[in-house]
Amino acid sequence: MRLNLIPRRWAILWFLFSCSHLWALAAPAVSSAPTADVQAQRISNLEQQTAEARSSADNAWMLTSSALVLMMTGPGLALFYGGLVRKKNVLSTMLQSFAMMAVISILWALVGYSLSFGSGNSFIGGFHSLFLRGVGLQPEADYSATIPQQTFMIYQLMFAIITPALITGAFAERMKFSAMLLFMILWSFLVYDPMAHMVWGKGGLLNAALGGHFPTLDFAGGTVVHVTSGVSALVCALYLGRRLGYPREAMPPHSVVLSFIGACMLWVGWFGFNAGSALAAGGLATSAFVATHFAAAAAVIGWCLAEWWRNGKVSALGAISGAVAGLVAITPAAGFVGPMPALLIGLLAGAFCYYMVAAVKARFGYDDSLDAFGVHGAGGTLGAILTGIFASSAVNPIFRDAHGNVLPSGMIDGNFHQILNQLVGIAIAWTLAIVGTLIILKIVDVTVGLRVSEEHEVMGLDLSQHGEEGYYWDVSA
Amino acid sequence: MTKIEAIIQPSKLDAVKNALHEIGIEGMTVIEVRGHGRQKGHTEVYRGREYTVDLIPKIKLEMVIADALVEKVEHAIVVAAQTGKIGDGKIFRSRIDDAIRIRNEERGENAL
Repeated sequence: MRLNLIPRRWAILWFLFSCSHLWALAAPAVSSAPTADVQAQRISNLEQQTAEARSSADNAWMLTSSALVLMMTGPGLALFYGGLVRKKNVLSTMLQSFAMMAVISILWALVGYSLSFGSGNSFIGGFHSLFLRGVGLQPEADYSATIPQQTFMIYQLMFAIITPALITGAFAERMKFSAMLLFMILWSFLVYDPMAHMVWGKGGLLNAALGGHFPTLDFAGGTVVHVTSGVSALVCALYLGRRLGYPREAMPPHSVVLSFIGACMLWVGWFGFNAGSALAAGGLATSAFVATHFAAAAAVIGWCLAEWWRNGKVSALGAISGAVAGLVAITPAAGFVGPMPALLIGLLAGAFCYYMVAAVKARFGYDDSLDAFGVHGAGGTLGAILTGIFASSAVNPIFRDAHGNVLPSGMIDGNFHQILNQLVGIAIAWTLAIVGTLIILKIVDVTVGLRVSEEHEVMGLDLSQHGEEGYYWDVSA
Repeated sequence: MTKIEAIIQPSKLDAVKNALHEIGIEGMTVIEVRGHGRQKGHTEVYRGREYTVDLIPKIKLEMVIADALVEKVEHAIVVAAQTGKIGDGKIFRSRIDDAIRIRNEERGENAL
């Protein structure tokens, strides 16, 4: 028997329609002339609702951005790096990034956030927010007036996670897992937290937004993330030495396919990294989003042109590496430059990083296995310098005088001084990275030992460090 | 009984298999191998570093056949696998002492 649904459907609609009228009945009847008190109350309510709406929008974007940036580490970077190493080391390489997601998160919650963003001195924060004390749902006005401080905290955590993960590219395929963990814990305290504080923290020496002494324009972490990690990577590569058999033995990437997928995830995730650094969902986020994308696109062209000129072919690995180089270079500039400069920055970064990776590395012979220095260290440095040139107050009026008038940002605005500030920030990042990393390497070397044994290196880290194989395909079921 | 080992271009596997089926050969083992004779390899470039790949992918077919069929089999393989260029491959013939069917322990040419 077929049920006749049409009358039932209409009955339900009629019922809902009637219910909607109940709200009208519940509302108070409108009187003839509202008093001034009532009006003031309604305006106050409206203001609060507007603020809440704006806060909702900003918070939604910031939570999304936090997720995007975390995705950059896992699986973005894990895949990107994982594909570049030999098959016997794929899991260990991926686990190095993944471990940061776990370890750095704990450190951040306990004390890292407090050291980076708490008030302290010009170089480091303090212990005021130990165990995230006081970090609740109220905004922290110095950092972002419209989102809960916990959102800000969790967003910044994702940066603190990916920065040490980048370094793993330098010592891939030869570092002990235990040594790497100890190294990263020390590095986050000695290098990342101070640098993050100096550029972004209250009272930071280089903080452009909060009146730092040497205001360095670093929108999303060109110096804090890429220069520190990239330069540390170089120091590690030199200290640990080359992989066995490098450069005579062939060590091509075991899966450019994995790297390809990872790189695409990095590109998309980077919108959270750069546009999220606007800390709000407004026009500045749009500006940063747009600049980020165009820089990536132009950098693909830049790298591929350079590669084509040198090799006669455009490679997939080259194209994706170019994109990453552009994204690195636009990181400090994203919220300060317009779309055309973003294209130029990307184009230059693509070509420059290709040269660093394909020529300079071979010339000097260091084994920066996955080009952490060539792409992040060099690209970040270039981007930070170009930020000083192309920063425009029309995009972001970051500098204001005592009366609130907008001051020029970068060289194209007429501020020729800013490039010097950029160089100060870059120099501090380099110095902190070099000195800090050397100290930490020495400590870890003496206590735990840095490199795996020769036997373990030949066996592969997946087996020797983790007792696993990445692909159990060749063995019959 | 004779063992025939044929190293051929991977793209010729289907043609050789079909040719062998047509003359009644149905038992064979196919292995993916890498190697080279006089054929040159190629270079690959990753981030500016060149790698010479001189171990070229090939297919190796192994089969054990009755002595009477040897000429027919070798001819069929050559015709199916040949392109006329360096890298076509090689066939090796060797003597087999015995063959055993695992299912019912038959021996000799009956086991083939």
